[in-house]
Formats: sequence, C-alpha cells, structure tokens
Amino acid sequence: MTAKPAIIIIDDEAQIRKILKISLESSGYKIIEAETGKDGILQTATNHPQLVILDLGLPDQDGFTVLKEIREWTNIPVIILSVRNSEDDIVKALEAGADDYIIKPFNTSELIARIKANLRRSQITIDSSIITNGELKIDLTARMIFKNDVEIKLTNLEYLLLDLFFKNIGKVLTHNFILKEVWGPGYTENSQYLRVFVGQIRKKIEDDYSTPKYITTESGVGYRMRPVNLQEKK
Amino acid sequence: MNEFENTRPDPDKLLNIIKKEEEENIQGKLKIYFGMCAGVGKTYAMLEAAQKARLSGIDVVAGIIETHKRAETEELLKGIEIAPQKTIEYRLSYFNEMDIDVILRRRPSLVLVDELAHSNIPGSRHNKRYQDVLELLNNGIDVYTTLNVQHLESRSEIVKQISGISIRETVPDSIFDKASEIELIDITPAELLQRLSEGKVYTPENSKEAVKNFFRKGNLTALREMALRATAERVDKDLRDYKSRKNIEGTWKTTQRLMVAIGPNPHSADLIRLTRRMAYSIEAVWIAVYVDDGQKIKESSKETLTKNFELAKELGAEIITVVDSDIVSALIRTANENEVTQIIVGKPGKLQMPFYSGNNFIKRLISQSGNIDIYAIGGDRDTRFSLMNYFLSTPHAGIFKYLSALAIIIFTGLILFFIKDAIGYQTVSLIFLLILTFLPLFNYGTGPMLLAATISAFGWDFFFIPPLLTFHIGRIEDYLMFIMYFIVASVSGLLTSRIRAQQRLIYHREKRTNALFNLSKELTASNNVNDIAYVTVKQIGYIFDAEVTLILSDNAKKLNAQPHSISSFTLNDKEWNIAQWVFENAQKAGKFTNTLSDAPATYFPIVSKRGPIGVIGIKVKENERLTFESELFLNSLLTQIANALERDYLNNIAKTSLLTFESEKLYRTLFDSLSHELKTPITTIMGASSTFLDSKVISNPDLIRNLSVEINIAAERLNRLVENLLDMARLESGRLKLKISWHSIPDLVNSALEKLKYDIGKHKIITCYDEDISLVQVDFILLEQALINIIHNCIEYTPENSEIKIEVNNNNGMCNLMISDNGKGFQEEVLPKLFDKFYRIPGTKTGGSGIGLSISKGFIEAHKGTITASNRKTGGAEFTITLPLQLDEAIS
Repeated sequence: MTAKPAIIIIDDEAQIRKILKISLESSGYKIIEAETGKDGILQTATNHPQLVILDLGLPDQDGFTVLKEIREWTNIPVIILSVRNSEDDIVKALEAGADDYIIKPFNTSELIARIKANLRRSQITIDSSIITNGELKIDLTARMIFKNDVEIKLTNLEYLLLDLFFKNIGKVLTHNFILKEVWGPGYTENSQYLRVFVGQIRKKIEDDYSTPKYITTESGVGYRMRPVNLQEKK
Repeated sequence: MNEFENTRPDPDKLLNIIKKEEEENIQGKLKIYFGMCAGVGKTYAMLEAAQKARLSGIDVVAGIIETHKRAETEELLKGIEIAPQKTIEYRLSYFNEMDIDVILRRRPSLVLVDELAHSNIPGSRHNKRYQDVLELLNNGIDVYTTLNVQHLESRSEIVKQISGISIRETVPDSIFDKASEIELIDITPAELLQRLSEGKVYTPENSKEAVKNFFRKGNLTALREMALRATAERVDKDLRDYKSRKNIEGTWKTTQRLMVAIGPNPHSADLIRLTRRMAYSIEAVWIAVYVDDGQKIKESSKETLTKNFELAKELGAEIITVVDSDIVSALIRTANENEVTQIIVGKPGKLQMPFYSGNNFIKRLISQSGNIDIYAIGGDRDTRFSLMNYFLSTPHAGIFKYLSALAIIIFTGLILFFIKDAIGYQTVSLIFLLILTFLPLFNYGTGPMLLAATISAFGWDFFFIPPLLTFHIGRIEDYLMFIMYFIVASVSGLLTSRIRAQQRLIYHREKRTNALFNLSKELTASNNVNDIAYVTVKQIGYIFDAEVTLILSDNAKKLNAQPHSISSFTLNDKEWNIAQWVFENAQKAGKFTNTLSDAPATYFPIVSKRGPIGVIGIKVKENERLTFESELFLNSLLTQIANALERDYLNNIAKTSLLTFESEKLYRTLFDSLSHELKTPITTIMGASSTFLDSKVISNPDLIRNLSVEINIAAERLNRLVENLLDMARLESGRLKLKISWHSIPDLVNSALEKLKYDIGKHKIITCYDEDISLVQVDFILLEQALINIIHNCIEYTPENSEIKIEVNNNNGMCNLMISDNGKGFQEEVLPKLFDKFYRIPGTKTGGSGIGLSISKGFIEAHKGTITASNRKTGGAEFTITLPLQLDEAIS
C-alpha cells in the first residue's frame, strides 16, 4: 500500500474528470480516466484500480450496466456520482452493488473523505467477534452492545439492527436492504418500523439522539453508521 | 327651424347606407314581382325569370308556387326543383305550407315564394309567409316573390275604400322597402278584363258579385295608379339613395319630423298610415305619440290602442307615451322636445264633450303650435268622443260599484231619515255631500258617482225637502239648494274621481319607474354573471308576475344547453329549439307572438352590440298577453340586462388583458432580477479564477486562499439559486409527485441542518423536540429542502451569533414546527407578501432570488400543510409550519 492507490473515474464530462484528476492526484492518488461505460469496464479489468468513481448520469443507462458488469467479477468499492432528486437512482445503484454515493455539486474534501473511508473498509476484514466504533462496542457471540463498556439493554430486533450496522460501518444501507435483512423480505413496505426502531436505538446509544453521530440519516436513501473517531469533536 | 342642411351629405345617413350595404352582403336579396291585382301575370313573370336563372347555372328551388292549375304556368315550372312542403293538420283538414327547414338545409341560391301576403295555417312556425321569407333572407338565400298593391299595409285602407273589399292579408311596408328590386307587372285594365272573361284569372272563394264589383274598370284603373305610384316612389327613393351614395351635389335634405297623435280609436290607424306615407315621400322621420290623460278606457278600446301602437311600430315610427291630463299641452311639449315640424291629428267629430270642446281642441292646438304645422285629418268613422264613452267605466267591473253606491246612499238615507228632525234637512244634504266626496276615494268611478249624486239629490228632495214625499220643492231657497247640491255633488265627485284616477296612474307609472330603477341599481351592483342572472330572474318575475328562465350563451352561435340555474323553469327539447331560433334570429317568438305561437312561454332575445347574447323565456302566471306598453317596458329592461351582461363580459376581457399586462411586467422584473442573481456569482468566479493566471498571485498563498474562498462562496450561492429554480420549475409544472413515507421530523431537521453546516457559521442552533413525537408521513427530500430554505433565510437575515430555535411538537393529528430567530423580525406590511414568488423585502442586500420561501410554502402545501410567518413577542421572526401526521392517499 505504499504505492499510490489507483482510482478510475468513469464520467463523460471532461470538465468533471479534469477537476477530479487535479484534486485527487494532489491528494496522492493515481487517476485513470474513462469517458464511456465500455471503456470504463475495459480499463478497470485491465488496470485493476482500487476504487471506481462512476457517474450514474452516463448516457444510455451505461452507469447501471457498468456497475452490474463490474460487480460480476470484482468487489472493489464503487462510489457513484449523482445529482439531487435522483434518490431513486441512487437507491437502485446501491442495491445493485454500489458502495457509496456523492451528490453533485460536491466539496472535494467530502469526496476525498468518502474515498478514504471506502478504501479503508475494503481492507478491513472482520476477523474478530468484537467490533468497536468510538464509544460503542459489539460482542457478536454474546450478542451484547456496550457503550463505554456499560451494557445497553436492547430488544432482539434492536440488536439485529445494530448488528447489521456494525457489520457495515461507514457503508450506506438503503431502507429496503435493512428491512429485508432485519425483518425479512416481505417487510420492504413497512418503513415506519424502521424509523421507530432507529429512533429507539438512537435514544439508547447516542449522546444526543436529535443530533446522532453514530447512526446518521442519508436523505431519501437510507442510514449509515459512521465510523466515529474518539478524538472528533462535533 | 332650419329646414335645409348644407349640401354635405349627412354622416348618419351615409352610415346607414353603409350598414345597409354590409347587411346586403350577408342577407339574401328579395325581388318582388308587383302588380295591381290578381291575374296580371306576376307568377308567370317570376317563373320566366327563374327559368333564365336556372339555365345560367343558379341553383333555384321552388318554395311554394300557386299555379291555380293554369296550364301555361305549370309549363313554366318544368325543370325547377320543387321543395317538399309541410303538411299541417288544422280543424280536421290537411293543408300544405312551405317548409322553411327543408329549404334552409337545402341551401339553394334562390327560392321562389308565391303570394307574399299569405297567412300561414296555425301550427306553422310563423303566422305569415312574409316572415318565412325574412328568415330565408336572413340566412343568405335570395328570394323571388309576388305581391299585389292591395296587400301593402299602408294601401290597404284605400283599397278598401275604392273597391269595398276588406283586405285581410297584408304585408308591412318595411318588406317592400327591404326588397332590392321591384318589378312592376303592368297591364291595362282592358287587357285584364279580357283575361278575366277568358277564365285566365284566379278568383278565390269570393262570390261572383264581389268579383264583378272588384273587377270594374274604375277600380282597376285606381289600383293600377296605386301600383304605379308605389313603384315610382320606390324608384325615386332608390335614386336619392344613389345620389346620396355618390355624394352628388344638389340633393338637399329636409330635416322635417312628423308627429301623429294616436288614441284608442280606429281612426288613429288611418292617421298612422297617412303619416307614414307622408314621411316616406319626404324622407322624414316620424313619431307616434299617445297622451294618456287618465281617462278610463273600454277594454275593446284598449285593444284598439295596442293595435295602433303595433301598427305604428311596424311602419317604422318611434312611439312616445306621455302622461298628462291636458292633451294639447302634452302634444305641443312633446313636439318641441323632439323638434317636430308637423303634427297630424284627427279632426274631432260632431258631438262634443262638455268639458273638451272639439273645436276648442284644434283651436288650442293651433294657437300653441308656434312654428309647427298642424294637419287635422277627418275620417268617415265615428270619431266622436261620445258622452257615454267619457263617463262610462267598464261595464262588468262597474255593476258591483253601481249597486254598492246605490246601497250606501240608501243606507245613509235611512239613517238620516230617522234623525232628520234633530238635524234639519239642510244638514242632511251636507252629509250626503260628504259621503259623495268620500266615495271616489274608495275607487268608485264617475259612473257610480253620478248615479249616487243623482239618486241622493232626488232622494233628498223626495224624502227630506218639504213638502215631504213629493218631488215638489216649496221654497225658493230649497230649490236653489237643490240645484247647487246637484252641481256641487257632481263636480266634486267627478273631480275627486279624476284625481283618484290620475293618482292611480301616477302610482302605476311610479311603480314601473321604480322597478326599472331597482333593476338598474341591482344590475350595477352585480359584478358577475350569476348575480346578474339572479337579479334578472327575480325582478322580471316580480314585475310581470311570471316564471322566468334565462338561457345564456358562451359562444356566439349557440345557446347553452341548460338555462341558468337560477331560472324558475327548465326547457324541454322543443322549447329549447324555440329559444335557439329566437337567439339566431334576434326576434321574439312563442306564445302571443306571430311565430311559433303554440309554445308555452314567450321568448325574447337579449341583444347586445355584439349580437344576441342570450334568451329570456317568460311564462306570465295569469296567462294574459303582455300589453304593448308592458312589452316596451320589458324591452327596456332587457336592454339593461344586456348592458349588464356586456359589461361583465368586457370586464372579464379587461381583467385578462390586465393580467397579461401584469404578468408581462412581472416577467420583465423577474428576468432582470434573475439575470442579476446569476451573473453576480459568475462574475466573482470568473474574476477570481482568472486572477490565478497572474504569476504574481500564484506565488502568494494568502491571496490564493482569499480568492478561493470567494470562489467557493460564489459557487455555493450559484448552486443554491439553481437548485431553487429547479425546485420552482417542479412546483410550477404541477407534476410534483410526493414520495410519501413515515419519517421522524427531528431526523429531518437534523438532516437539513447537516446540509447547512457550512452556512451556519457563528449562528447558534437550538433544537427542542417534544418527548413523544410520532412519525409523520412526508416526502423527506421535499420537506428537507423546505426547511433548508427557511433556516437559511433565518441565517442570512440575522446578525452573526444570533440564535435560531427549532421546536417540534404534536397536537391534534398535526405536527407543528416552529423556526424562530432573535433578529430584527419583519415589518408588518411585509408579512403577507413574504411567501410570494420572487418577493424580496425592499431594502435588503442583494444575493437572494426571493424564491426560497415560496418554494418552502409550495412544498409544505403539497403535503396539505400550512406555513405562516410572524413576529415573536420577544422580537425576531418566527415561522410556524403545520403538517398533518397522516396523509391518506398519495398526493401528486
């Protein structure tokens, strides 16, 4: 990992590619550019980058095609670029295998933070039965959650929910995905359950449930458990 | 009075000619084959012309031809398409009449219609064939027709005098005038008599005697002269029109105006016709005046008066009715008001009224006439104002009054008889007098009055004046008293009753005027069609005691399918068709009219300058025909109503124009404002970024940082504006689809605040959520944006370090959000306009598009929520949002 990580940018807008190239390269990444979906797939297969930045707004729905194709033979993190009011597309992409998303216009620093987070996650393997995030800790075998080493009493479903989040720290989970995983495939229409439970969980684990720092809401898309650095001060 | 104009043609006249020319283009042309009587060959000539037309390619159809089985005529019909006729059953027989609808559908260029003066069988659309012809002409179809001079309204009387035959079927002179061509078929009387003997002349059911009488040489010569004269007059008029049009000098126009005084007697009809002929020949305007002096008129006389009114109107006069007890001064006054140059009156007959000497009438009229010429025309009819007519009231209604007057006198007499000794017989007379004075107040007319006076006088004499029980009067004083009593009784009674009659008349008139005034007032106050309809139906129903239906029209050609909902009765299909006919032809129809008289109601057109705009149907409850006067009154009401409807129509047009104008103005302002809002950040970005190209700048990290900050700020601003515009476009498109799902509002607020994290800066945000807030059904993204716009607004317009407080609670199935700051708050006048599109508070710094809040409102209202802005009591602005917790169905 001492070599510069390679990132491929698949976007038909030359300006966007240019600006990304400049800012990302200055942050220490190697940039591969692709103008079309086809070219993107080819280059990804050939050059094996560490991360894909894929524009959903590629002409001819190529964005989804690329995603599906890539997912057929690799698990590298894919961050999709989209515009506001396309939350449906974002959800669709996430469920087709994308890992994260960012909405244009974006702050370069945000993008870089996302890239870092996704790169890190792809390198982490869950090999212990204890996962820690900030003040929280989950014991997968004992099925218990601790905050500052104090056990938090949870109902079964609340535990399952947190279990899912811990196993996907930093990753955005769509509402449908969560409902399917925790409640079951028939529950995808019952978003109110999810809200209620997330609300309850937040009350139990957050310092201030109204400004949660662990389980954050991704507008119109889903939820994400953010990796919390204990030195961070909001 | 100046009788001669200068030689410039009168603009009004020219305008009329132009109008006529315009009309002629869409009207069919009428050609009349005119002759002195039956048998001269009019039908023959018409058919000859028709054949010529047919051979030259014109589409000719025979509407109705009376060949009377004459072989030569039938020969001429060969080859001409004959339109099928309508068969109508009447009194157990079948009759054929021309079928107008078939012809209208067929739309030929030319129709042949024989015998213009024919009366149609009841059950036909119109009463008279000439009305059928008018309808054809109005629909652009040319017509050839035949007519005898005796059938002309204005000539019918003279013909009767000459030939002794009453003319039943007449045609108004206006038709004659309307014809574009008159062809006179003229033969000598000798020739005609020859034809008669050959059996070539058709003579209907008249007896042989009558026929012989009619077809006398003297008669025929007179008729021939009349026909020639009529044609010559017409030619003369055509010539004058021509000269007028060509503005040929040398035509001087007289500005004479004629006035004829008419009354409820048959002689007036003669006067009217005479005046019309005079007016026509000297091209003068003429008016017909009726002076109502409060005299009671017999029912039959009332009918005659109505007939006279109609005749005058038909012949083209303006009708004026005046109320005045003095006929002479009324006539003179009216004449002066209307700049009349000649007055035509009837010469009174032999027996004069005691109070109005006939000779005096004429003398007074002449003496007061000043510059006006007076024509006194005698008649051979009984024109005397008979004494009986003068004094008698309507026999039927009166019987009761006579009897009761008698009864009162007898009753009083009896009482007085018993107390006569106490009061003395002179006092008795005074008491009787008193009673007689009071009788008229109770609507006893002159007849009963006089009866009461006479009976009481003689009764007094017989029963009270000594010697009692005789008619003999002893003393001279008593005798004088008797005479005085009689005179005083009669006169006072008469005068009182006349006063009462006058009073009643005035009251009646006043009621009418009030009704007109009220209608005007209410119409002026109405400012939409529904109000106008309501007023119309109510007032007309009230004034005429009738049921009223009002049918309006939304386009120029057809009436609406349903009458206005306020109407008192609805129409079946047949009635609607009648109403539609009235609408298209702008003429009245229905009961009591000449057209479609078997309808249940009478329909009148409501006509404005644009043309007909509706129809009103009236069903008078008492099932009585409206008097001529009432109809005139109704027409004036309808004019008011038409004006009101027109005004409403024009108002709407004005409003639309104003809206268009205003929206153009707004568009202008917006465009400029948006232009500015877009260009400003772009200018910053371009300016700053191009500065980087300067080598001096690149080496200066501080400069770079500053410029970058500026670029960033400008870009954020531009981004916000673009997002807002896109949101607004979504709202405006009307196709905003909400993705509703259960969400937690605090979550949503938080998300919004997260997105605003770079804008919050040094502001302090305080959130305050109720403990047990339930979930709300919302579209997360839309509502988030709505909140972002509001919170951003608070941040923008309050100083640094200000506090912004966000509270959320539930109440009654609604979720309430309060966003407030502790800044300066709003000025009162700004509050109602805050959420208007593109509204920016006057005097604020540039940098906002003014659409943020209106988008918030739009998004919130799409959730069926509300948002209001107010000032906090402790200072600062406050936005209050309410949202229903649950939305039942998906809203788009």
